[in-house]
This record gives sequence, C-alpha cells and structure tokens, in this order.
Amino acid sequence: MSDQSINEIQDEIIDEFAILGDDKESTVFYIMELGSNLEPLEDRYRIDSNLIKGCQSKVWLEAELEDDRLVLKADSNTDITKGLISLLIRVLSGQSLDNVINADLYFIEKIGMHNVIGSQRSNGLASMIKQIRLYAIAYKTKLQSQS
Amino acid sequence: MIREQFRILSREINGRPLVYFDNAATTQKPDVVINAISEYYQDYNANIHRGIHTLAEKATEAYEGTRRKVKEYINASSSDEVIFTYGTTDGINLAANSLGRATLNKGDEVLISAMEHHSNIVPWQMICEERGAILRVAPINDAGELIYEEYLKLLSEKVKIVSIVHVSNSLGTINPVKKIIADAHAVGAYVLIDGAQAAAHLGVDVQDLDCDLYAFSSHKMFGPTGVGVLYGKRAVLDLMPPYRGGGEMIKEVTFEKTTYNDLPFKFEAGTPNIADVIGFSSAIDYINALDKNSVQEYEKKLLEYGVSKLAEIDGLKFIGTAKDKISVISFIIEDVHPFDIGMMLDAGGVAVRTGHHCTQPLMDYYNIEGTVRASLSIYNTEAEIDILAEKLKAIVKIKRK
Repeated sequence: MSDQSINEIQDEIIDEFAILGDDKESTVFYIMELGSNLEPLEDRYRIDSNLIKGCQSKVWLEAELEDDRLVLKADSNTDITKGLISLLIRVLSGQSLDNVINADLYFIEKIGMHNVIGSQRSNGLASMIKQIRLYAIAYKTKLQSQS
Repeated sequence: MIREQFRILSREINGRPLVYFDNAATTQKPDVVINAISEYYQDYNANIHRGIHTLAEKATEAYEGTRRKVKEYINASSSDEVIFTYGTTDGINLAANSLGRATLNKGDEVLISAMEHHSNIVPWQMICEERGAILRVAPINDAGELIYEEYLKLLSEKVKIVSIVHVSNSLGTINPVKKIIADAHAVGAYVLIDGAQAAAHLGVDVQDLDCDLYAFSSHKMFGPTGVGVLYGKRAVLDLMPPYRGGGEMIKEVTFEKTTYNDLPFKFEAGTPNIADVIGFSSAIDYINALDKNSVQEYEKKLLEYGVSKLAEIDGLKFIGTAKDKISVISFIIEDVHPFDIGMMLDAGGVAVRTGHHCTQPLMDYYNIEGTVRASLSIYNTEAEIDILAEKLKAIVKIKRK
C-alpha cells in the first residue's frame, strides 16, 4: 500500500523527468526502461476482457480491491506503453477509491508527455486513465451497495 | 550536392539532424518541384482543356506536357496511353472496376501474389465478389521471392487478369515481371503491374515489359502527392468502359444518351489535380537529369552497407532477403516491439516506418505483427546508416540489460 499521497508521487515523477531536461531521446529511453522493468502480468490476466479499447498497442489492465484500496496491474506488448502504464500504477495503485476517482493527474502535462508520445499515444493514455477511474467507481458502487 | 536540393533534409528533429529513411512511403521533394507548383498557382492558375483564355491555354499546355513527359519516361507508344489518376491505389481501382467488368465472369480467376500491398488485393477482392470470380494467390518463399513454379501452376485458361507488384514495398523484392507477363499472356490473361515502388528506382519500359497496364505514383518519385499514372495499351484501354462519369470524359451529353470522349480523357472525369500534375513534370525532369546507372549503383552500395551494419546488431533478423532487391531494409529485433524501435528512433531524429506496411497477409506468412522498415533513397548516406545502427545498438542494450 502506498504511504505517499497521489500528489507527492506526482511531484517526485516531475522531478525525475526534470533531470532528463527537454531532450526527447533521453525521455523516451527512460520511459522504455521503466517499461522493461515493469513486472509482466500473469497470463491469466492477459485476457480480452482486460484489454483497453482506444490503445494502438495492446494494453491489459487488471484492477483489484485490497483493504478498500485500488491495486492495479497492467501489461502491454510494447515497452513504451508499459513505461507509461508503470507511471500510472506508481501514482494510482494502492490509493483509496475516492482519491483515484478525484485525482488531478497534472504530472502528465508537467512532464510534457503529449510532446513525447504524440497525439495517438496520448489518446491511448487517456483511455487507460478513464478505465482506471471506471474500475474505482465500479468498486465504490459495489462497496456502497454492500453496506 | 543532391541533399542541398531538398531543403527539408537540413532540418532538425528533436535537436538532431533529420535522418529520413521512409522513402518507400513517400520521398522528399526537391525545390524545383515545390517551385513548379507555386509558380502554377501564382502565374497561370486556370482550369484546363475547355478554356479559351491565355491562362487556360498555358495551364493546359503544362498539364499535357507532363503527359508527354510520362510517355517518354516509361516509353509508352503514345501519350494517349497515359491516364492521370490520384495515385497507384486509384489506378488499380480504375483497372479492377473497368477491366474487371469487361473481362470477368462467374468462375473466372484473378491471380495476384502473396507479397501484394492491400491496394493490389482489396480492389480485386471487391470486383471478384461482384462478378463471381475467384482470387488466387501465388506463394512466396522465405527469402520473399515469388515461387515461380507455383505461379506457373496457377496460370490456367481460367485466369483472366494477373496483377503483380513490380517491387515489394515491405521487402524490396524485385519480381521478374517480364517473364511473369509473357507467361500470363500465353494463357490469354491481361497483366497489370503495380509499379509504385519501382518507378523511382528502376527504369520502366512498358513496351519492353509488354504489360497491359502499369500503375505508379508521383509522390514516391520526388513528385507531389495526389497524382499517379495508369498506363494502358491502347487496345486494352479501348475495351475498358469508363469508370467515373462527369465533365471532361464525355463527347456529347443528352438526357437520353452520352457518348464518351477519346483516350485518355474518357478516364479523367472532373477537374484533375492540375497543380500537382505540373509539379510531377519537374520531378521527372529531376530524375532524368540524374545518371540512372550511378543512381542504381549508389543505392545498391547503400543497401549493401546498411545490411552489413545492421547485421552486427544482436537479435536482428532481416525480413526479405531476395537476391534481386531495391534499397529497402525490413527487419525485426528479438524481444523488441517494432513500435518501440520506431518511437525511439524518431526521438533521435531517425524516421523509419513500423508495422505491417499495408501487407498484412505477407506479415501473416512470416508470422510476425510487423517490421521496422528503413527505405533508402539517393540523398541518404552511409553516415546516416551509421546513426541508425548506433541507435539500434543503444535500444538493444536497454533491452538486454
């Protein structure tokens, strides 16, 4: 579980990317490195129902509830996309449902992600965020109906 | 020297010099081509053929001048055999719809190869479905070459049209089209050659090839986008009905009946892409001014250098190793997705293409999702290939860490 708040983690990421400066090549290499370090998803989660629509490369996303917090696992067939996912997981996984639902993910704009990954990728990233929020909302609704 | 004629080549991408290796998708345009297009719009913009004023006269002269130049470039016997289209895809659609309707009946066959671009698959699928005809596919070997005996086996009296690519866009393979055409003619089939990738790299002589139809694009040979040519033998074009109706393609129109214009106009309905046809003329001048033999030698040298440099990279596998090929290097790297390679190269200023290159059945044959393709042209250099090789090594290093 994450002890840091969403915004603390976002600020950390912004600082890390600031070290890379505005050199796109180093930034993309860094994202790819993050991607290749991401733990691969177990095969049982790499199923069509976990695929996110709107992503050009394949993205599988699995969201579970542990102690009222959202735990995210994800994978992709391309390392750059995996790198993007790893950032989202770092920021959002282990956070409370309300914090995920209400998160203002300002780090994406701050690190100039749009310029780095282009417009098609950016749409894919937006789809991933939307899907994560939908999972959080679905779990919240489920919890409320149980109480 | 050559690089100076292409202003775009001196620009930077992400603070690094542009290395443009996506020439099979479209080549860059020399200044003379860009200037010819601006000059038309600035000095003599007018609609062609029917106008009687000075501007229309000048525009018509320039437009028809391109037709004569194309005729010379491909050695057609008459400029009436040169139909302007919007590109190779448009030309093949014209051929499939028109020649397909004139020749295909239930049970007839159209023969293509396993290395075709979607543009030389889908139009034939559509017309075969409409006419009850059958599409047959001649297989290739692992090197990406047509298996000629299999092609011959598929050639029967039932085959009415053979449509084969001259040079594969994904692999660079040069097909033995002259032989392909002669053997197809022996069974009475008409032959279309998709020359999109060939026209800039090889000399094309349609009379020597004896093809019935030959389609190619201006934008892959230093000319503007939106212009292509469908060459056809007069006898073949005469038996083909018009494909699109409208202005220009008619002789006389009444509500009861329309008579069609003569060749080449019967296939050119509507106002054509005048400016870009005029620009295309400058592109042909540009190519003609180069020494054809030294261009081919230079591209061959680049290809050999590129293959030898990339072969050093850990886990790299070439896709398409035909004995006879143009300067296209398609490859995959073990455990690295082509998309990641393309993104990282772009971040470093190197433009390549990644994916299936509009040849999904070909990718299925190799059982891969896609490749990385570096396609080289006359303005590329060995130093640029060195940059590509270094960047690939860096990418592989991250992955193998």
